[in-house]
Amino acid sequence: MKLTTKIAFLVAGLALAACTNPNRFGADGAGGAGGAGGNGAFVAGSATDPTSTAYFNQTVGDRVLFAVDQSTISDDGRVTLEGQAQWLLANTDFTAVIEGHADEQGTREYNVALGARRANAVREYLVSRGVAGNRLQTVSFGKERPIEICSNEACYAKNRRAVTVLAGGLSG
Amino acid sequence: MRFQAVSQIIAVMIAVVFAGIAQAQSSGPLRIEITEGVIEPLPFALPVFQAETADAGTYAAQISEVISADLTGTGLFREIAASAFISNVSSFAAPVQFADWKAINAQALITGAVSLQGEQLNVKFRLYDVFSGAEMGSGLQFSGTTQGWRRMAHKVADAVYSRITGEGGYFDSRVVYVSETGAKNARQKRLAIMDYDGAGVQYLTDSSSIVLAPRFSPDGQQVLYTSYETGFPRIYVLNVGSVQRRVLESQEGTMSFAPRFAPNGQTIIYSLSQGGNTDIYAMNVNGGSVSRLTSAPSIETAPSFSPDGTQIVFESDRSGSQQLYVMPANGGEARRISFGPGRYGTPVWSPRGDLVAFTKQNAGRFHIGVMRLDGSEERLLTASFLDEGPTWAPNGRVIMFTRETQGEQGRSTLYSVDITGRNLRPVRTPEGGSDPSWSPLQP
Repeated sequence: MKLTTKIAFLVAGLALAACTNPNRFGADGAGGAGGAGGNGAFVAGSATDPTSTAYFNQTVGDRVLFAVDQSTISDDGRVTLEGQAQWLLANTDFTAVIEGHADEQGTREYNVALGARRANAVREYLVSRGVAGNRLQTVSFGKERPIEICSNEACYAKNRRAVTVLAGGLSG
Repeated sequence: MRFQAVSQIIAVMIAVVFAGIAQAQSSGPLRIEITEGVIEPLPFALPVFQAETADAGTYAAQISEVISADLTGTGLFREIAASAFISNVSSFAAPVQFADWKAINAQALITGAVSLQGEQLNVKFRLYDVFSGAEMGSGLQFSGTTQGWRRMAHKVADAVYSRITGEGGYFDSRVVYVSETGAKNARQKRLAIMDYDGAGVQYLTDSSSIVLAPRFSPDGQQVLYTSYETGFPRIYVLNVGSVQRRVLESQEGTMSFAPRFAPNGQTIIYSLSQGGNTDIYAMNVNGGSVSRLTSAPSIETAPSFSPDGTQIVFESDRSGSQQLYVMPANGGEARRISFGPGRYGTPVWSPRGDLVAFTKQNAGRFHIGVMRLDGSEERLLTASFLDEGPTWAPNGRVIMFTRETQGEQGRSTLYSVDITGRNLRPVRTPEGGSDPSWSPLQP
């Protein structure tokens, strides 16, 4: 995969965060407010650097949430995606993989298809705001990678998400 | 897995000249009708098989245990404890004292003997209908290598089950599934294969990538599955014997999943997502052209062939919610077959052709159910927080599926249930388990 080679150029700390941290499926975002300082200690571009991945993830917001069994972008989601689009237009060294996810209330195959719808809805929105389509890939994880593990709506709401995961940038 | 006995097992008919005193009773033939839902399991006696050579004692004991576990595990049979026996079987050839077995209410009596010649193990058995005082079928003998002893036990149990129920057996079969460890938000998954009863687990992949929904080929030699090895869901085919795997061709920017073989073992059907839309496609497992079977803006997935290969059952949300549809094998007009309340997914055509098993979601619960192909006679077999992904036993009478429990400690376990909804039981695996696929009966 082409992304792999790009990732290899990243600063080691960032590469580790992107590749091997099991939390890449969302716990970084969940811990965004409180955990930013901790991450900043070893991430090259800290969250205060507006061209950094950390800034994108925490300040712009790397994810949008969806209603049950839906892939329509909400009003809140639109605000986030406007920010993502502006950021991507300003930081053209970056590409992104948009990961679509579903909560556990659904069969496995259907949820993969539903996550694909969600990831694509985000991609189409970003493209409509001028981001080049060849910078945006999509993937669906279905219900395989929830970030919250309780079995009620409070958790499900956070699991029904599409996360824009950046790659590249810096020397890439 | 790859033991040699497969080709070496030969069934030998033993000429049976049984001169016992037939105290025939007119209680009708020994018979269980599975479809009627057995309330009272049939009591059987299985004296530990005779060891006919001095070194066969351990095998004789283990084989007897496995046969007994197979039969009682169906919920259709109940073993009578050896402590209740009045007479013992001193040799395989000795006449049976039916009165002694009748007195303890054994309706079926299974006798057998095991002998060892070098590395070759021979197992023979006889099945008696105690109340009519007659042998059911002829004695059978199986031979194979010692490492194949479990399969020989399963073959004996299949023969007993088959003679009493009139159905095909299913004990000499295997299950490929996803073995799971870790919490829901960090779950590690790898492919595993085992005997139908959970014995002899072997791992086929490591857990470095998510793997989903393995499916056996009709000959049980290959497995299709979905893996995130490349970072994106793609379909792989794995040879069970060599554990070699290869990725099937796919177009850049698409996701492929939910594969299944056609009965011909060559064609596969699967789902492909492109631009957010998921449809059903077909291709040859060895490559070549891809044909698109559905073309709709809705989600079409989880396709499964009819056993004659002419039709496909699948799920679609084209009506606004997940429902089941049947279409010709080459695509074309689909007819909806599910109409009850709730959502229906993961349809699987029974190997007998008579039923489709499915997952149903309704009012916050999940069910495994069966219905006829015209949608009639819907029957829900289970209910829980999350049941999904049925697979059929080779005889079409038992279903295995995934049950996931709720909350932070949630865990996946394999369960089986018969098609009357009775005998719900967990299948013991070393780790958590999901997405089972049942093999055909082994040759």
